[in-house]
Amino acid sequence: MSTLTMEKKTHFAEPIKNMSDSKKKPSIAKISTNNVNVFYGDNKVIKDVSIEIQEKSVTAFIGPSGCGKSTFLRLFNRMNDYIETFRKEGDICIDGKDIYGKKVMVEELRKMVGMVFQKPNPFPKSIYENVAFGLRIQGIKKRAVLDEAVEHSLRQAALWEEVKDQLNKSALALSGGQQQRVCIARALAVGPSVLLMDEPASALDPIATSKVEELIHQLKEKYTIVIVTHNMQQAGRVSDKTAFFYLGNLVEFDKTKKIFTNPKQELTERYITGRFG
Amino acid sequence: MTNVQINRLKDQAFKYTGIFCTLIGIVLLAIFTGSILMDGLSRIDWQFLTSLPSRRAEKAGILTAWSGTLWIFGLTALISIPIGVAAGIYLEEYSKKGRLSSILEVNITNLAGVPSVIYGILGLAIFVRTLHFGGSLLAGSFTLSLLILPIIIVSTREAIKAVPSSLREASFGMGATKWQTISYQVLPAAGGGIATGIILALSRAIGEAAPLIVIGALAYVPFVAKTPMDDFTVLPIQIFNWVSRPDPAFLVNAAAGIIILLGITFLMNGIAVWLRHRWQKKMNW
Amino acid sequence: MKISEKIIEGGLFSSAVITILTTIGIIWVLLSQSLVFFKDVSIWEFLTSTEWTPLFTKKSYGILPLISGTMLTTLIAVAIALPLGLCIAIYLSEYAPRKFRDIFKPMLEVLAAVPTVVYGFFALTVVTPFLKNIFPEIDTFNALSAGLVMGVMIIPMVSSLSEDALFAVPKSLREASYGMGATRLQTSFKVLVPAASSGIIVSVILAFARAIGETMIVAIAAGQMPNLTANPLAAVETITAYIVQVSLGDVAHGSIEYRTIFAAGLTLFAMTFVLNNVSFFIRKKYQEKYD
Repeated sequence: MSTLTMEKKTHFAEPIKNMSDSKKKPSIAKISTNNVNVFYGDNKVIKDVSIEIQEKSVTAFIGPSGCGKSTFLRLFNRMNDYIETFRKEGDICIDGKDIYGKKVMVEELRKMVGMVFQKPNPFPKSIYENVAFGLRIQGIKKRAVLDEAVEHSLRQAALWEEVKDQLNKSALALSGGQQQRVCIARALAVGPSVLLMDEPASALDPIATSKVEELIHQLKEKYTIVIVTHNMQQAGRVSDKTAFFYLGNLVEFDKTKKIFTNPKQELTERYITGRFG
Repeated sequence: MTNVQINRLKDQAFKYTGIFCTLIGIVLLAIFTGSILMDGLSRIDWQFLTSLPSRRAEKAGILTAWSGTLWIFGLTALISIPIGVAAGIYLEEYSKKGRLSSILEVNITNLAGVPSVIYGILGLAIFVRTLHFGGSLLAGSFTLSLLILPIIIVSTREAIKAVPSSLREASFGMGATKWQTISYQVLPAAGGGIATGIILALSRAIGEAAPLIVIGALAYVPFVAKTPMDDFTVLPIQIFNWVSRPDPAFLVNAAAGIIILLGITFLMNGIAVWLRHRWQKKMNW
Repeated sequence: MKISEKIIEGGLFSSAVITILTTIGIIWVLLSQSLVFFKDVSIWEFLTSTEWTPLFTKKSYGILPLISGTMLTTLIAVAIALPLGLCIAIYLSEYAPRKFRDIFKPMLEVLAAVPTVVYGFFALTVVTPFLKNIFPEIDTFNALSAGLVMGVMIIPMVSSLSEDALFAVPKSLREASYGMGATRLQTSFKVLVPAASSGIIVSVILAFARAIGETMIVAIAAGQMPNLTANPLAAVETITAYIVQVSLGDVAHGSIEYRTIFAAGLTLFAMTFVLNNVSFFIRKKYQEKYD
């Protein structure tokens, strides 16, 4: 344990800064963070993380449990706001705008930044009402508009053909994989440009998992996707870039291929090869 | 305004509605307690506490009422605590999951919801008439004991449930019998929770008027009860009696009686909350 | 097993059995006395006649006025306690800072601990005079005043049980709703209340049963006038108030007037029994759903 902490201190402060300087892409980042720290009470759980996420790409956050990757993901739609002891420092921008700015309305932000959770969490309502929920809370009542949005979202979530004849059935009656796709459709229905996924397949069986992964591939064409995963094979399969977190630090952030074949940091390599975690 | 702004406004509006709703009951109670204190506090003096009831409001006192309440408190505690705690122990530690235990459970839930006046009718038929206790303290205490048994049983069960099973296993592992385990380990650990339930139940009992009126407790009792077989009155009945009189001078007496009754109720509830708080802290080992 | 252990178990068991004997006792007493009563008065008259005057010279035994009086005060009470209790439950579980909740929840529960005779005094001496300012035609004893005060009394019942039900809704549903950009209000009413509906219904049924069986408030403030009316400003008599009225009077033991309290009691018991059982089975079902 003590050797690990030593390594942390000596190794990764520099390379990250170098990377953000030299490897900046010409296109503007969709999401960018600048020296972000997060505290729960006195606990510092995210330590000075700066990252830039490109538009219409899939970025995976990996790392052992408790490394802060979920907390970091939840910064992007301000889901941490509900934790009473939560406090953050540093800037987080989406499309160049500070999402923690005073004038930002959290409800507007969340329409733009959808989220899919670890366990499928459909509301105990019909499939239709689940997908239409986000529109209804915005005050949309026209049946035709809702119908169209529900169909479109379910098609995008590759679920339409399976459920089109049973839209009024309770979403809880579906299989776990279908439920998760309902949740994805529900998130898509409000027209986000970013989709956050917090271990979206960890509660699913392998077949359902591969369906969700396939879906992520298709959604990449239109959405910026950030996915937290425990499963490194999954990160390898679905993501363009991968960020490795450890003890609240961003250890390494690079093209997924690079991370998995030739990581810069010894810590990353040890985690990838399963020597701890 | 955009939809989001409207929704936010509604959200804020509800927040203040919620605060208002939460406080309104408490504020009403505070105003009411205050007005009663204004009406009745000056009436409370040594004469009021030590006088027998009277037809003249200014001469009447609550000696028989509070002594009756004390009697009822003591006798009801003697009867209900052992039975209630024993039943709670049986249901939580002995009874096996099955038909009988589920009948017992439904039955206790049901009893907890039976109106108190029905217990009065039961007491009237069983204790007053069949067992010939008459409208005595004993009949009243038995009636109230049946009324609060479900409360004591349920809180005993909850308290025992909160005792970690590791404690039982440790005791059994040292060769203790079931009853030794319960009496030396489980009950002391659950004691705070059980005591809380008992105090709340007894506080309910001394606030009851309806069942005692039905079994024939009298409003006018010109002597202090000496034995459990004596006739009696209690504070709530005395208050009810004074409230029902047309002469407003008796309303002042009622207010004064209410101050005493509320004082006892709040004190008991305060003790119960404090005990529960202390016990819950202890249980979070 | 030692013999002493057996004896102890037997003692504990017989304590538990007392609760069953209590129920049997209640049913037996009510039924046996009511049967005697129904030998003199036909059940048909009891259930359909619209006048209740057993204590008058011209006797009539129709329970309907007592039932209507009971329902009137109860409905007023629930109409107060349901919206207030639900708002409190939502506020405390979804909005309130922890400290606020820790302080005010126990204070609310004190409302349920206040002896009901005290509430009766409150209704008669504070609420009724206040109502008289608004409705000059109101009777000194009236259903409205008693119902309103009874409503305040049962608020903590609705708020506590509803809050428990809201609390039991999985956190993931809240996150899903917030994640879609819903406000706390939208999350509460569109997601949490529907998901907790069975628990909330249980709380309302139990509050309803409590109000039906409440005695002293109505005996003091609602009057002792059997009155088949839906007018909340009029004096009425509830079943419970009638039982108290007879108990306070000089009714000869064994007379038909005496037995009316058993018939009235049986009616009251039947109403609360049904409500309690319905709530018990809803609760059982809904517990299984979340476990």
